[in-house]
Amino acid sequence: MNVPTDLRYCTSHEWVRLEGDIATVGISDHAQHELTDVVFVELPALGREVDSGDPTAVVESVKAASDIYAPIGGEVVEINPDVEADPSLVNTDPYAQGWIFKLKVKDVAAVEGLMDAAAYQAHIG
Amino acid sequence: MTQLHSTPLESAHLELGARLVAFAGWNMPVQYNSIIDEHTAVREAVGIFDISHMGQLFISGEGSMEWLNRMLTNDLGELEIGQGQYSLMLNEQGGVIDDLILYRCGQDDFFLVVNASMTDEDHAWLNQHKPEAVSLKNDSTQWAGMAIQGPEAEATFARAVPGEIMPSRNSMNRTGEGAIVCRTGYTGEDGFEFFCPANQAVGYWKRFLEAGAKPCGLGARDTLRLEMGFPLNGNDLSADRSPIEAGLGFFCKLDKGDFIGREVLAKQKQEGLQTKLTALRLTKPGPPIRAHYPVQDAKGHMIGELASGALSPSLKAGIGMAYLPIEFSKLGTELQIDVRGRLFPAEVVKKPFYKKS
Repeated sequence: MNVPTDLRYCTSHEWVRLEGDIATVGISDHAQHELTDVVFVELPALGREVDSGDPTAVVESVKAASDIYAPIGGEVVEINPDVEADPSLVNTDPYAQGWIFKLKVKDVAAVEGLMDAAAYQAHIG
Repeated sequence: MTQLHSTPLESAHLELGARLVAFAGWNMPVQYNSIIDEHTAVREAVGIFDISHMGQLFISGEGSMEWLNRMLTNDLGELEIGQGQYSLMLNEQGGVIDDLILYRCGQDDFFLVVNASMTDEDHAWLNQHKPEAVSLKNDSTQWAGMAIQGPEAEATFARAVPGEIMPSRNSMNRTGEGAIVCRTGYTGEDGFEFFCPANQAVGYWKRFLEAGAKPCGLGARDTLRLEMGFPLNGNDLSADRSPIEAGLGFFCKLDKGDFIGREVLAKQKQEGLQTKLTALRLTKPGPPIRAHYPVQDAKGHMIGELASGALSPSLKAGIGMAYLPIEFSKLGTELQIDVRGRLFPAEVVKKPFYKKS
């Protein structure tokens, strides 16, 4: 499984890329592999305030719907229209074109509390 | 948790990297790589499913035919030896205990394929009603089953078991090696179901794979059957819904003589139905719709819930079936499906959802 070293990860398999105070969120290669064919992504409303751990988006495969949790608190400032139009991007390019939403983060330091690539790699075994 | 049963093909599934899940008490492959690819293989080429979890009941002895005709809704009198038919077994209230396929192997000799979840219950119900002269055997654990389905199924059969004769539609054959081949299925495609002793299962499975069949799991089996509007017992059929309500009146021969549940069906036919299993489809692109999602009328009144639902891989649209008050079952009726609090417009459509172009 591909686990890029420049990202942070949650136990619930979201990844975070922090640039300034903007955190881009998606799901890991491991998660997309477990879900298999992603057929629908439900995006959050722009401007929604979320706390860390809030169900914020939904990714659905043929068999199941899975909540995507906010890795850290913030305001939803951007959503990815491309994954709405072509949900399979979550499978084919989970760390780039398959991103799901961006948060304007209140507490940038909270990202440091998430797993780094080595810890996440150990988590998924 | 109770111990799950393993089919004789479990090791073959694991070798192929299948994901196994608990289904009706069995550890079954839900998918190998991709449900969509597996679904597409069956629609366009050929796939193979492990159906060893299904129950195999053998019934024989003088009077079997007459007795079974009183236990089941379809008319066995229409069957030549070697032919099969879809039928339903009802309780006294006209509710569905199980739906099944029955094959007539001889004058008074029958082979029944029943749902995995209901095998024990079906056996007990039949046993409780059977005359002494009739023999009833549940050989489900000794038999393995595979469904080979798709437009290339016949060619796959010819390559895998050369020299054997493929039966005609809805009929069965015994092979030289004692396997039972039935030209039936649950996908809407041409194909056959192949039953053999459990210890021969892996050998045949490999022969069918080598002959070109793609391994397919229960995930694809479910989307394939739903695209055809075929019911799944436990979702679309239940002990408190009659086959008339489920839209299966064609398989209930009310004029064949008495059978268990007949009076209730006759009354429903005469008085008309209150509710009906209704096929619906999302009218715009949307999320997959799933069993138990609430169904509303166009004004936002709750009128039922989905019995089955999926994002159809062939149609790329949400499809489902729900028991709805009869006034909402007319083609074109506007409905709404509640997906996690968001409403998606749908309309009543005709079954099957999917038709071969």
